[in-house]
Amino acid sequence: MKGRLLLAVPLLLLAAFAGVALWRLSSPPDTVIRSRLEGQTLPQFSLPAALPDRPTVTSAEFADGQPKLLNVFASWCVPCIAEAPVLLELKRRGVRIEAIAIRDRPEDIAAFLDRHGDPFLGIGSDLDSKVQMTLGSSGVPESFVVDGRGTIRYQHVGPIMPQDMATVLAEMEKAK
Amino acid sequence: MSGARSQSGRPSTTVLYAILIALAAPAFADSNLPPSVWADRQLPDARQEAQATALMHEIRCLVCQGQSVADSDAELAGDMRALIRQRIAAGEKPSDVRAWLVERYGDWVSFDPPVKPLTWPLWAAPIIILLAGGLLAARKLRRRK
Repeated sequence: MKGRLLLAVPLLLLAAFAGVALWRLSSPPDTVIRSRLEGQTLPQFSLPAALPDRPTVTSAEFADGQPKLLNVFASWCVPCIAEAPVLLELKRRGVRIEAIAIRDRPEDIAAFLDRHGDPFLGIGSDLDSKVQMTLGSSGVPESFVVDGRGTIRYQHVGPIMPQDMATVLAEMEKAK
Repeated sequence: MSGARSQSGRPSTTVLYAILIALAAPAFADSNLPPSVWADRQLPDARQEAQATALMHEIRCLVCQGQSVADSDAELAGDMRALIRQRIAAGEKPSDVRAWLVERYGDWVSFDPPVKPLTWPLWAAPIIILLAGGLLAARKLRRRK
């Protein structure tokens, strides 16, 4: 009897392996990489202005007592187009939005803002993604809620869609 | 219908769609800027380049998550290679650069996981499996004698 049971062990192992494989295939692990800097002070950075007639954004501006939304975007980023109207709506509701353009050209940024609206106060140009990496951001678009003391309170990975607006507004409120 | 038309020499809608799809730009967008200077250029100092390359093989790409930044063609991977080369050229130790990245992206970003409570099964597994295998083999061999 004991020998019979032992014979079944490989089959059981195979079944267990197949079960785990099927489970992982049907619900793959989350591939979103969040920044570990949530709850920490915004790292220091300074960037050249993305557009000649517009102010840029630096880390120093964030410790002025007012919570802000730091949006990481690019004119070549398709989901950023979907996010644009939501950012405009956030601005209409009083959210101060600063922006960092990743690997972008002034003429492309200007065309993007002309076409999809311009909710930004300052726009910095991050030509080699260095500031993006400094923030622990892994793609475009991403947004950070930074409180008035310059602490990162919340990170939103991916475009802020209409259904995310309540969360972002609540986080902005909490950051006051 | 469309099959019959294509036989008569005119392109069918299927062929037309195939051509359109082949010509379409991929949805995975890239910027219009060239890669960073140090993304694919070796450092003049061979020792530093060796250190940088070794680290690149142990840092995971944030875009193509199964690949190291050394193997990935993603733009961000190029920028990460440039960052690694520049920091090492500036005199930073590879362990410092790795720590800088781990601080931002977590242990996940390194292919060399640290030993800590959460990862000890990972490190202990080979030893346990080897011991179990040795025990089995020893029992088998003794029985045969």
